[in-house]
Amino acid sequence: MNSESKRKPRIGIFKFASCDGCQLSLLDAEDELLAVAGAVEIAYFPEASRAMLNGPYDIALVEGSITTHHDAERIQHVRRQSKMLVTIGVCATSGGIQALRNWKDVTEFIRVVYATPAFISTLKSSTPIAEHVPVDFELRGCPINKYQLIELISAALAGRKPNIPTYSVCLECKRRGNVCVAVARGTACMGPVTQAGCGAICPAFDRGCYGCFGPMESANTASLTSQMRVLGQSDAEISRAFRSFSAWAWQFRKASEESEHV
Amino acid sequence: MTGHTRTIRVETLARVEGEGALHIKLHGDRVTDVKLRIFEPPRFFEAFLKGRHFSEAADITARICGICPIAYQMSAVHAMERALGIRIDPAVRMLRRLFYCGEWIESHALHVYMLHAPDFLGYADALEMARDHKAIVEQALRLKKIGNHIVRLLGGREIHPISAVVGGFYKTPTKSVVRELVDDLQWALEISLATVKLVAGFEFPEFEQDYEFVALTHPDEYAVTEGRLVSNRGLNIDAAEYEDHFVEQHLKHSNALHSVVRGRGSYLVGPMARFNLNFDKLPAMAREAAKAAGLAPPVKNPFRSIVVRAVELVFACAEALRIVRDYEPPAKPRVEAVARSGVGQAITEAPRGILYHRYALDEHGLILAAKIVPPTSQNQKRIEDDLREFAAQMASWPIEDATLKCEQAIRNYDPCISCATHFLRLEVEHE
Repeated sequence: MNSESKRKPRIGIFKFASCDGCQLSLLDAEDELLAVAGAVEIAYFPEASRAMLNGPYDIALVEGSITTHHDAERIQHVRRQSKMLVTIGVCATSGGIQALRNWKDVTEFIRVVYATPAFISTLKSSTPIAEHVPVDFELRGCPINKYQLIELISAALAGRKPNIPTYSVCLECKRRGNVCVAVARGTACMGPVTQAGCGAICPAFDRGCYGCFGPMESANTASLTSQMRVLGQSDAEISRAFRSFSAWAWQFRKASEESEHV
Repeated sequence: MTGHTRTIRVETLARVEGEGALHIKLHGDRVTDVKLRIFEPPRFFEAFLKGRHFSEAADITARICGICPIAYQMSAVHAMERALGIRIDPAVRMLRRLFYCGEWIESHALHVYMLHAPDFLGYADALEMARDHKAIVEQALRLKKIGNHIVRLLGGREIHPISAVVGGFYKTPTKSVVRELVDDLQWALEISLATVKLVAGFEFPEFEQDYEFVALTHPDEYAVTEGRLVSNRGLNIDAAEYEDHFVEQHLKHSNALHSVVRGRGSYLVGPMARFNLNFDKLPAMAREAAKAAGLAPPVKNPFRSIVVRAVELVFACAEALRIVRDYEPPAKPRVEAVARSGVGQAITEAPRGILYHRYALDEHGLILAAKIVPPTSQNQKRIEDDLREFAAQMASWPIEDATLKCEQAIRNYDPCISCATHFLRLEVEHE
């Protein structure tokens, strides 16, 4: 024990199958990074540091999905070492874009990319962390919003619940003063079924939301599907719209399969 | 110590993007084997792009890399535009160059200060470095933020921006909003010049190699978004000929594919290649800064890549400033893209080197085949070749020092091992 009356909470940042973007969000919080580093002990963050301390950790931030046997074992180890485990980003919360393999024969996929398939070891599916271990909180987004990450860390340090809204992108859109791209221009938009957090950036740039924060809790995908048909979208287009970065989240999975089979 | 068998393991090589391990075998002072293993799990982008619409490739392939999403978006849209026979507005072209400069500034500032400088100054990371050099780290963060600010302004957010589209942008910014970047960029340019001076003062191991440097080149500018692909060994090709000259090998120890020049072997892409092949296209200010720092092409010491990267920071800030000052919004944000069957290839210069995309489309605009060759798979064999030479020099060094230097040699390349990190486990085995 050192003389400090209160030990700084230890944070570990762990990566599974992903693009690194969500953990990069912490380094992209240029104005807050040094303050965060002062408030916590960043004990394990290989993307940023050679110094790697063993657990236990007070908070584990987990990025990425489970796609290999090795990673399926590793996440158990991370869970055992961590008091609070938070998943960051849609790979960790729903399997990510790489979950598109879940509808295909993965051996065929391996053959497309690699000349010598026998060298590749992978699971048949890409699955979210919560399918493997209990998760204390999920932060959505592809990528996550760095301000939500800072809020989450602050809340954890203060022992309170993070203020992360679960309503749809539509509310953020209204607040931002965007013109509704679906109503005004007839552009297909996933906003009504997608969880807020991005700040409604796509409609602000005159395009429809493409659902990168994944489904909101009470997503009415059936209603959106019929609205997309009214806008002239084909079943294949609707199926593809649901089947992207959060394809394996059950609401989007179901909606994409329904459009596929109509 | 000769005759002893020593095996050293460093659990993780940090401050790179990707999951891998390094294995070096030494027999006396002879290096018998070097393997940079990559166990970053495969994600099969090329496979699941099949059947997707051409308009989706930019957003999907951006997710290969959170560090350089714009590189993926730019290679994707340029390849699609070629397949669809689209010519973009020159004003859109300039805006894309500005967008890309933003990513270079962000990525180079991150690598120079936060990932690579700690090696030279003897710290575990930039946060530890900040305890002794707070002003420098704060400066680095502000520089990085300015790069990110450009990306955010043009693309809505820093990571996986949302504005790039085949034919142009979904929406282009107004003149006044773009002009607001001027003050920040002037500051960034000053700091970049100071960065060159700072890193030029670091100590560099004596180590030179005879590289084949490969980079885009363009008659009028320091090539970023387009140009012919050239090398110092006579290569001079269009992107469409890329696969005739480069071939990917799949090795047992790695989930990444190794790329080699057909008939020759490993090659080097990234800042050193660009600097050496396009020195005369750098702005005068960047050339002067390089000369003052003792850099002249050809730079053959990979440890000096940190200085070259800093010179490219000067270029990216100066170029961004020029574009921002001259900016006139395009008449239309984009040219309408109409589906047709075709094949298109494109190469752009990601911060770490050339990124090749090829797509074949059917008459509905759906992707029939996709091929992506990222910079790190092109540098991977070259990294191993460097280590093979370099490790031999260190056969008698204490293992801890040798290990650190090997890690540093890998970080020379700013490797983005399929955009992830961790677990570059270094095992130096003495037979």
